[in-house]
Amino acid sequence: MSLPNQEEKITADTFLRGLWEENPVFVMLLGMCPVLAVTNSAINALAMGLATTFVLLCSSCLVSLFRKLIPKQVRIATYIVIIATFVTIVDYSIQAISLDLYNALGAFIQLIVVNCMILGRAEAYASKQRLSATVVNGLGMGAGFTIALLCLGGVREILGAGSLFGFPLFAENFQPWVVMILPPGGFFVLGGWLLLFNWYRQRRERKLMEQQGASAHGS
Amino acid sequence: MNQTTTSQTQELVTATPSFAMLRTLSLVAGLSGLLVVLAYQITLPLIEENKRIAIERALFKVIPGAVSRRNFMVTGQGIVPANDSTGEGTLIYAGYDEQGRLSGVALEAAAQGYQDVIRLLYSFDPACQCIRGIQVLKMAETPGIGDKISKDPVFQENFVELDARLKADGSALTNEIIMVKHATKTEPWQIDAISGATISSRAVARMLNDSAQRMVPKIMADLDRLQDGGGEKQ
Amino acid sequence: MAADSLVFIFLNAAIINNFVLALFLGICPFLGVSAKRDTAWHMGLAVIFVMLVSSVSAYAINWLLVRFDIQFLRLICYIAVIASAVQLVEMAMKKFSPALFRALGIFLPLITTNCAILGVALFQTFREYNFLQCLAFSLGAGVGFTLALTLMAGLRERLELANVPNVSQGAALTLMLAGLLSLAFMGFAGLGGQHA
Repeated sequence: MSLPNQEEKITADTFLRGLWEENPVFVMLLGMCPVLAVTNSAINALAMGLATTFVLLCSSCLVSLFRKLIPKQVRIATYIVIIATFVTIVDYSIQAISLDLYNALGAFIQLIVVNCMILGRAEAYASKQRLSATVVNGLGMGAGFTIALLCLGGVREILGAGSLFGFPLFAENFQPWVVMILPPGGFFVLGGWLLLFNWYRQRRERKLMEQQGASAHGS
Repeated sequence: MNQTTTSQTQELVTATPSFAMLRTLSLVAGLSGLLVVLAYQITLPLIEENKRIAIERALFKVIPGAVSRRNFMVTGQGIVPANDSTGEGTLIYAGYDEQGRLSGVALEAAAQGYQDVIRLLYSFDPACQCIRGIQVLKMAETPGIGDKISKDPVFQENFVELDARLKADGSALTNEIIMVKHATKTEPWQIDAISGATISSRAVARMLNDSAQRMVPKIMADLDRLQDGGGEKQ
Repeated sequence: MAADSLVFIFLNAAIINNFVLALFLGICPFLGVSAKRDTAWHMGLAVIFVMLVSSVSAYAINWLLVRFDIQFLRLICYIAVIASAVQLVEMAMKKFSPALFRALGIFLPLITTNCAILGVALFQTFREYNFLQCLAFSLGAGVGFTLALTLMAGLRERLELANVPNVSQGAALTLMLAGLLSLAFMGFAGLGGQHA
C-alpha cells in the first residue's frame, strides 16, 4: 500500500485493492445502509452498485481536478455539495430510465449522498492524487462495492424468492425462505458473508505465519 | 532578512483563505446548480412519459374495456376536468371504450395494512354501480402472505362485481363493503379474506369502503359531466 | 388508532417500522457505537436532538422550495442544512452546556453522515406530513434508534464475557444479533391495524 500523501503510480494494485484488501463492505464496513436495504433482489443490488460507482467516480474526479483549488477549511462542505449534485443527477436519471426500478430502490438512491465510502474516498484519496489514479482507484472501489452487493443480493434472492435476476431457478414446489428478503434476512446474510470472509482471512494469515515459521526454522 | 521574508510569505498565505474559500464555494455552488438544472431539464420529459405509461398501464388493467382516458377532479362544487381545476380535490380517471362511451371510473385508495400503508387503484362501473377491479400500486406486506392481495386469483374474484349500490337518496352506499372470513362470503358487497392474511384483506375492505362511501355519491351525481368527455385522448 | 394520528406516527417510527431494524437507516453507528451501554445511550440522545432540529429545518426548507418551485435542489439543501445544524448544535452545546458537550461531543460530527438523519428528512417529505406530524415522526425515529442501539449495547456487553468463536468476533456477530433483534421487532407489525 502506498503512503497516502505521496502521488501514487498507477499499478494493478490501485484497482485490485478495492476488490479485496480494501473492499468497502467486507473489510472497511462502509456504506452499510444500502447494502442491507436494497439487496432483496439481485437486480436492485446491481442497480444500486452501479449508481454508487457512478457517483463515486464523478465526484472523485471533480475533487481530484480541483484539489489544488479547494482550501482545507471548506473541503468537507465542498465535497458534500459535489456528491449531492451527482446523487441528484443519478436520482433523475434512474427515474427517466425505469420508474419500477426507482420505486424498488426508494429513498436509498438519495441516501447515496451519506454513504461514508464516497466522502471517505474524496477525503483520503481523491484530494491528494491526480486524476488518472483517482479514476482507477474509484473503479476498483466501485467494483468491490458492487460485487459485495451482488453477493448479498444473489443469496437473498435465491433463498428468499427462488429466482436470480428475475429468472426462476427452482420448480413450482420450491417453498421460498421468505425471511431472507425481509430485514432480518439482510442482517443474517451479511453476517454470514463476513463470517466466511473472516474465516478465510484468518486461515490465510495462519498459513503465512506457518510458512514464515518454517522458513525461519529451515534457514 | 530571511525571517522577515518568511513571515511576510506566511502573512500572504494566511491572508488569502477568506477570498479563496468564498471563490471555491461560489464556483462549486454555481457548477453544481448548473449541472442539477441541466439534468432536471433533460430528464423531465422522459420522467413525465414514464409516469403517464405507468398510470395508463394500471388504469387500462383495472377498467375493463377502456382504451382512452381523461382526468377529472372531484371538488366541493362537483366534478370538473382536471385541466380546469385549481388543484383542490381528489383526482379521478374516467376510462372510455372505442366508441367513446364511459367504461368506468378509476380512483386511488389507501389505508394502513399489516406492515405499512397499502395503496391501490380501483375502478367503479356506474352502469352496474359496482366495483370492477383493483390494482395494488404500492405495498410492503409480507411476501407470500400479505402480498397475496395483489396476486391471489381467488381474492381478485371478489372484485369482478363488488356491489357498491347507492341508497335511494344517493347519500351513501346501501351496504357497507366489509371483509368476511375466508370462504364465508354470502353477499355481493362482502370481500372474502385471504386465509392467514386477515389484516391485509381487512385493510383493502376498509379503504374501498371509505373511498366508495365518499366518492360514489359524488360520481353518480355528476355522471353526465364524465360521459361527455368521451372520445378525446388525454 | 387513526392512521395519521400523532401517537400512531410516533409508534410507527419507533417500533413498528424501526429505523435501524426495519428500515436499515443508521447502521454505521449501530455497528460502531453499540459496544458499551453508556456510549450507546449518549449517542442515542445526541441523535434524538439532531433529528428534531433537522426535521424542523427540513420542513422549513421544503416549504421554501415548494413556494419557489425549485424542488430539484432539495437533496443539496437538506444535506447542507443537516451539516450546518449539527455544527450549530455543537457550538451551542459547547457554549451553553459544557458538561453535556463533553458527554456527547465526539459523536456529533459523526452524526452528519448518519443516514438516519437524512432519512427522517426525506421520509417526512415523501409522506407529506404537517409540522406536528413531522415532530412526532422525528421524535419516534430518534427514540427507536436509541432503543435499538441500547438493546444491542446491552447484548454485546453480555457477550464480552461469553465464549464466542474467533471467526465471528466483531461485526459478524453484531450483525447476527441485529438479525435476531430485527426478527423480534417484526412481531410489532400489525400493531396499528384497525379492529373494525
